[in-house]
Amino acid sequence: MHALCDLADDALLARLQRGAFNYLSEYCNQENGLVADTSRAGSPCSIAVVGFALSCYPIAVERGWMRRSEAAALTLKTLRFFAQSPQGDQADATGFKGFYYHFLDMRSGRRVWNCELSLVDSALLMAGILTAGCYFDGPAQEAEIRGLSDALYQRVDWRWARNGLETVSQGWKPECGFLHYGWEGYNEATILYILGIGSPTHSLHESSFGDWTLTYQWENLLGYDVLYSGPLFTHLFSHAWIDYRGIQDEFMREKHSDYFENSKSAIAIHREYGARNPRSYVGYDRNLWGITAGDGPAYREMQQNSRDRRSFGYMSRGVPFGPDDGTIAPWAMLATVPFGAAAALQGTRRLLEKYPQVCTEDRFSSGFNPTLETERGGWLSEGWYGLDQGLLVMMVENHRSGLIWDMTRNCPAIRAGLIGAGFSGGWL
Amino acid sequence: MDGYSVSADDEEFLRRVRPPSWQNPQPQTLYDLIIVGGGPAGLAAAESARRQGRSVALIERDHLGGNSLNSGSIPSKAIIRAARVSAFIRDDAEFGTTESSRPLIDFADVMARMRRIRTRIAEYHSAERLSARGVDVFFSSARFEGPNTVRAGEAQLSFKKAIVATGARPQSSDIPGLEKIGYLTSDSIFGLAELPRRLGVIGGGPLGCELAQAFCRLGSRVTIVQNEPKFLPLEERDAAELLSMSMSRDGVETRLNTTVVGARMEGGEKLLDTANDDLKSSIAVDEVILSIGRAPNVEGLGLESAGIEFDAGRGIDVDNFLRTTNADVYAAGDVSSTHPFTNIAEASARLAVQNAFGVKMQRQSRLMIPWCTYCDPEIAHIGMHLREARRQSIPVKCFTVMMQDVDRAITDQQDDGFVKIYVREGTDSILGASIVASRASELINEMSVIMSAGIGMRELAGILHTYPAQSDAIRLAAVAYMNDQPVDQVPRD
Repeated sequence: MHALCDLADDALLARLQRGAFNYLSEYCNQENGLVADTSRAGSPCSIAVVGFALSCYPIAVERGWMRRSEAAALTLKTLRFFAQSPQGDQADATGFKGFYYHFLDMRSGRRVWNCELSLVDSALLMAGILTAGCYFDGPAQEAEIRGLSDALYQRVDWRWARNGLETVSQGWKPECGFLHYGWEGYNEATILYILGIGSPTHSLHESSFGDWTLTYQWENLLGYDVLYSGPLFTHLFSHAWIDYRGIQDEFMREKHSDYFENSKSAIAIHREYGARNPRSYVGYDRNLWGITAGDGPAYREMQQNSRDRRSFGYMSRGVPFGPDDGTIAPWAMLATVPFGAAAALQGTRRLLEKYPQVCTEDRFSSGFNPTLETERGGWLSEGWYGLDQGLLVMMVENHRSGLIWDMTRNCPAIRAGLIGAGFSGGWL
Repeated sequence: MDGYSVSADDEEFLRRVRPPSWQNPQPQTLYDLIIVGGGPAGLAAAESARRQGRSVALIERDHLGGNSLNSGSIPSKAIIRAARVSAFIRDDAEFGTTESSRPLIDFADVMARMRRIRTRIAEYHSAERLSARGVDVFFSSARFEGPNTVRAGEAQLSFKKAIVATGARPQSSDIPGLEKIGYLTSDSIFGLAELPRRLGVIGGGPLGCELAQAFCRLGSRVTIVQNEPKFLPLEERDAAELLSMSMSRDGVETRLNTTVVGARMEGGEKLLDTANDDLKSSIAVDEVILSIGRAPNVEGLGLESAGIEFDAGRGIDVDNFLRTTNADVYAAGDVSSTHPFTNIAEASARLAVQNAFGVKMQRQSRLMIPWCTYCDPEIAHIGMHLREARRQSIPVKCFTVMMQDVDRAITDQQDDGFVKIYVREGTDSILGASIVASRASELINEMSVIMSAGIGMRELAGILHTYPAQSDAIRLAAVAYMNDQPVDQVPRD
């Protein structure tokens, strides 16, 4: 059993939230604000992790983990980096058309791995940039933060990202242009559409969101009605910034639901899947679940009890259609805490009791597979991933104080985006 | 690779579908119906018209049975069956067999069995049998010479009505170098004498996926290249993704979002050059199957002479009653359809006959058409797709049952897949269904009966099924529907 299990719920949440935040400060280049994708040696920066980090600095200030001036200085450095780094169609630029490459060199900030100009990761970065602009409302360096926040957001050419179509592409590369696949079905892209529609300069057509929702699947699955998406993170990412309680777009009005309630249904399905455990994986339970994008064992040839036990590396796993190789994301249950604290905490406690190795330095690893027999009681992802930590800090805070949700309710870009996409009701 | 040598089965097969000594009959002065093409559509039309007592001539330029019998449904399913047996042997340890007790699959035997099956089935559609039913069978090319005349070899035939049912052929490709290195299509693959050690499949539609998985299971090292983000672009995303996982588990190397940009010979082997956005790569293979769709057989038919409009890519233009632009000529099957399935060809042919001679015309859009891709698991569909309903602003809800929750699928260890039934919200009307299951081709037929009979979800929930049975998944979806209703709307016993 993990020592954390002795803590009361509030104390447990506080410890794990702080532990997750420590990743963001520990793996941040203080010179330019870039944050490493993972804790592994040589990891590049992920722009999405920077977006989460920028949103977490206000939390750190309010929780007393950072001084406001310190947070503002780091935020400013980050925003200055993105404002000044090279934009253009050359292969080693930092970004193009206001978007940024998915992975950047931690020091130079240049594109690495020949990666794509990632539209959704840019949206997560912009969400962080806008959050910073909302929070830092003081003079001097805070005024510069607001100015840069507006400038960076307004520079993004969301309209270009459609590539002449109705809906948004997934990315672009200087070597081949737009990647030839888009977004199909509900997923984490909601924030991308909302920020794109809310832009005062190069906005997406308001109808683009409706066109995307035409690919939605409304299903009764394992006994629950849900707007289907398999991986758990897709039901969480946009919610880190936006409080969807009581606000509805046309689709949700038709279904008498909202996206917040929908995430609750998705969580219920994940728990039910854990209870049914159709592939007989070790550990799965109604109180031990969390199948989502994350690191995995990647054993390509594997049989156990004559069943195919092939496993995957870093990939998006989902429920109930799969892929599912017995790997859970240890952080995922806790990240659902705003949607139901009892299930999130019960699951997290059970995980810590049964498999304490998944949490070191108060931080959860990206993936854990107890079905695979190893000396460590199952396969465990090495180190930590920044996305997991950033999301956890924000979701726990939204549960504890609603800080981020309260801020973004007044963010003009997010309000305009939601209204443009057809949302109404509730706090909107 | 050399083709196989001609066997007694082949000779018997030919005797049935293209008898070597066949003498074309003396033509009648005027036929009620002339059918151009002796594939599934043509044969169904002939049978339907004769049942009505019409005088019928059928002109076939090659073999009776069309693509379905000669190089499509029948041979592919025979090979897929062998591939399933091979996969079962591979995965059978849970059933108690040992490594040493597992026999090897012999490719030559697989192909010989396929030819035996094809010969057996050909008897049901033989020239002799057709002739005995009163159909004048002409083996020759056909060419329209006027609005109501068609030439069959030396003979000029006149008709009151005609049906063009010439089918389609594998689509060719302009991939640079492909013609030079040579490739197989569904028309030639079934003539293979040896199992290719390495096989490249270009195209991830139904046939490409079926062949890729089957040849992989029989022992080829298969790479399939699809230029879209998913296989089977017409099917639901979850179905296509399950198929991807299944093929990958079998060992098929899958390359999605990838285009074959060139083909060449190097060092005595065939190389396919591919591009996935900016990622360039080459695949070394011994044989290539090109399966990128089908092209309608509209050339050389003299359609212009009969005033029949067509397009080389789209095929013959027909209205909802299957009439061409010549009011006396209809078209049926692959030559005028976007859905190249045997059951659709046959159904449209029967409809064309009915519309040609009946009092009341029937619309083809009213046909309830199930179809299936015969991979493992199989992927079947009927009626409306979810995205189609959403596009038409029809409020739709899907009731899904996972096969992993169906007792019989668990005992059979065939629990990959699902049954999805699409229901118009606020009603219990079924709009369509998608099924992914080991035997989805059978299960979808239950949905076909249910939908044709107008049975709704409430009634379906009460229809008894055998237990345990994989088809119980369909009833369970209806039970899920009932469980989803407010208590006061659930009928009491």
